[in-house]
Amino acid sequence: MHIVYPVVVSALLFSIGVYGVLARRNAILVLMSVELMLNAVNLNLVAFDVWLRDRLHGGQVLTLFVIVIAAAEVGLGLAIVLAVFRNRKTIDVDRLRDLSEDLTEADPEEVRP
Amino acid sequence: MIAVTTLIVLLPLAAAAAGLLGSRWPRGASRTERDNAFASRRAAWFAIVAGTGSLLLTVWLAYELSSGRAGAPGGPFWGGVLPGKAEGTLTLIETGSVPISVTLRADGLSMLVGILVVVVALAVQVYSVGYMRGDPRYPSYSAFISLFTSAMLLVVYAGDLIVLYVGWEIMGLCSYLLIGHWWEDRANSRAAVKAFLVTRLGDVGFLFGIFTLGVAAGSFRIDDVLSADLPRSTLITATLLLLAGVAGKSAQVPLQTWLPDAMAGPTPISALIHAATMVAAGIFIVARLYPLFLGAQPTLDVLAVIAAIGMLGAALAALAQDDLKRVLAYSTISQLAYMAGALAAGSDKAAIFHLLTHGAFKALLFLCAGAVIHHVGSNLMSHMGGLRAGLPVTFAGMTIGFAALMGLPPASGFFSKDAVIAAIEHSHGPAQPFLYGSALLTVGVTGAYAARAWLRTFFGPARVEALPEPPPGTAHVFDGREAPRSMLWPIGLLAVLALLLGIAGLGIAGLGDVDWSSAVVSLVVALLGAGIVYALWRSSPHIDPARLLGPFRVPCERAFYVDAVYAALFARPVFRLARGVVRTDEKVVDGAVRGSGRLTVGLSGLVRLAQNGNAQLYVTGLLAGVLLIAVAAVVFG
Amino acid sequence: MTLQAPGFWPPTGPEIVFLLLGVVALGSALLVVTTRQLVHAALWLVVCFGALAGGYLVLTAEFVAWVQVLIYVGAVVVLLLFGIMLTRAPIGRSADLDSGNRWAAALVALATAAVLVTVVVSGFRTAYAPLDPGQGAAKPLGSSIFRTWVLPFEALSVLLLAALVGAIVLSRTDIQGRK
Repeated sequence: MHIVYPVVVSALLFSIGVYGVLARRNAILVLMSVELMLNAVNLNLVAFDVWLRDRLHGGQVLTLFVIVIAAAEVGLGLAIVLAVFRNRKTIDVDRLRDLSEDLTEADPEEVRP
Repeated sequence: MIAVTTLIVLLPLAAAAAGLLGSRWPRGASRTERDNAFASRRAAWFAIVAGTGSLLLTVWLAYELSSGRAGAPGGPFWGGVLPGKAEGTLTLIETGSVPISVTLRADGLSMLVGILVVVVALAVQVYSVGYMRGDPRYPSYSAFISLFTSAMLLVVYAGDLIVLYVGWEIMGLCSYLLIGHWWEDRANSRAAVKAFLVTRLGDVGFLFGIFTLGVAAGSFRIDDVLSADLPRSTLITATLLLLAGVAGKSAQVPLQTWLPDAMAGPTPISALIHAATMVAAGIFIVARLYPLFLGAQPTLDVLAVIAAIGMLGAALAALAQDDLKRVLAYSTISQLAYMAGALAAGSDKAAIFHLLTHGAFKALLFLCAGAVIHHVGSNLMSHMGGLRAGLPVTFAGMTIGFAALMGLPPASGFFSKDAVIAAIEHSHGPAQPFLYGSALLTVGVTGAYAARAWLRTFFGPARVEALPEPPPGTAHVFDGREAPRSMLWPIGLLAVLALLLGIAGLGIAGLGDVDWSSAVVSLVVALLGAGIVYALWRSSPHIDPARLLGPFRVPCERAFYVDAVYAALFARPVFRLARGVVRTDEKVVDGAVRGSGRLTVGLSGLVRLAQNGNAQLYVTGLLAGVLLIAVAAVVFG
Repeated sequence: MTLQAPGFWPPTGPEIVFLLLGVVALGSALLVVTTRQLVHAALWLVVCFGALAGGYLVLTAEFVAWVQVLIYVGAVVVLLLFGIMLTRAPIGRSADLDSGNRWAAALVALATAAVLVTVVVSGFRTAYAPLDPGQGAAKPLGSSIFRTWVLPFEALSVLLLAALVGAIVLSRTDIQGRK
């Protein structure tokens, strides 16, 4: 098996995940895209484990760990999504704008030279 | 010998320092009447003691030199007057290229002018004690006069061009400070600034002339420069550049406009700086470097043209003035032009002779004018008249002064002016006919304006009954009938000098020989001018005899609109340029600063748009950045 | 490690199978991030994970493949479906699943893909691993985990516990924060 096949598939899968994270509005879809990215990483790990013939099976063990962490992450993530939904009645990522600078409060004279 | 010379120069300097620093010590800040009087008295003692010391030392030095006991025999010049010559280098300043030697020299020329300087300076110091009585700034005034004296003596005794230039510039500074003595009046400080700027303009040329000479000769020492074998083109360039400084300092065309305005200063200052000494420094420099000028005929021709225009124009302007001091100021320009004419005609002895007599009689005239102004409380001759009875001593002094100015025998001016005119008559330059004609005409005009001023001041009906409060810029009104004694003594001394210096010059030194043919011609011309004015005045004493100028009177009074032309040609464009610079500074320089600020704010506003709270946008930017870094690392790494 | 690598053409049987599975995984992943229906996205995610599990099998990582099926397909996707349900997401097509950031996102994703593919292709063009069945079976992997990796494994179990507690605390409404 040429290692380049799984690796390229993994790279493309990761890019699709990136697109999903950046473009999707629904927080659950964003979580799904994160899962896609994690799976791309897993595929990489397995492919390299096979290629390197690791006697300790570091790659595959790490894949298992990643799967576990991904499960925990999804659990926590969904809990957060639910908490947000309870508070805001929405889980649209681009409507959660608390990070923005509050333009109404900023004093425009303050920044003039 | 050189130590004595140094002492002569340094004594007034020490007096200046003492007067400036020590007059009010220890009650520096106090300005009560009593403290002012006390400080003035102390400052006067400083100045007069130092001046007397310098005078005594100068006389002793002159005696030593004339006896021929001291120093090397003098150069080819002035050997007949004072044979000795003393020169000494105090220190040598290495500059990396041409070294500056702090050299002082005392020879015939510098002794003659040096005696004039210390005598007039002492006379003016004594005179000022009375003239400036009650002026709270008298201590600084007398200290500046002392500083000026020191600087002028440095110019006179300098053996090195750079040393000379130092004195030259300090003189300019003192002139500026003293013209603006009554700076409360804007016009006075403007006049001071004008004098400073115009002379500075000439000094630029002067400095570069010195550089040209020094670099070409490899030394700034005057002896080295004079003995160096310089190419003709260098000589012409250097002397023309020097001529700019001479024209500025001696108020010659085209830089003459500052001198009439400089009359805003106290009258003793006009007598010392703007009549007798500083303005004569230009003539002195030319005489000092005369071999160089003799080697550059074009420069002498230029000088001749300048002198011819200057003497006649200034005399005509003097004829039309109403302000007594301005009459004397234009007369000074005219007389200095005579000296310049003598130099152009190839006779430095006649020029220096006239410089000496002029220094004496013009200082006398100014001091008398000061007494008159003191008495009347006004500068204007239309406010004067009939003062003969009230001011007998001043009248006598002024009569002698005007006689010398007109060139009437036996006053000193007769001999020196005759020497000048004879020199011009016998010269052979291309500008000689022009110069000679102008000189003769000027003799006539001089007679006219001298007679006019004399008549209008001392004869005719008295014109002032109640004296108004004097405006700032004129002297305080004096209620006595004649000026105080401290003012009369200097007048007397100078009157004696003005009367006898001519004969003395003929007698002791052979400075000039009376050329009777030209003397008779100029005497006749002068009497003719005076006669016309007298006839006019006689017919109607109330009316200004200047009406004989007819339609030319106003142009003459305005000095041929030179000031207006300069204002249009130079001052206004400079102002416009300055405003342009200000505008450029505001719009372009400040605009760039403010614009960069505004640009930053604007750009930050753009960046703020990205700060919209959308976490996805942030992550997009983050990833894009990471990608760029990764690509850069791959491509350039 | 890199043995005498055979050429890319003709592909071997496992390679063909893997590539087909990869195409299925990528295609379903694309559908996950582009579909207009939330539930469909979750279902396409199942397909994608399944195809990936098949890929693991081809790569001789059988244990990982089964764990993938069990946890991802069995647990995670179900959890996501629960999430969809609890947030009262509309069933059926919804028009606004993509944010306005889509074009920038597409650009960045394409650039990411270009960079990654370029780098990995240039880096691993010659890498070749002969497939050796049994390497990823439960037995060797289990012995490896419980010998070499037992400490991270235990730490991970603590993490999982903490995550569980955290998720419960976050999702329950009757637990108030400390005043």
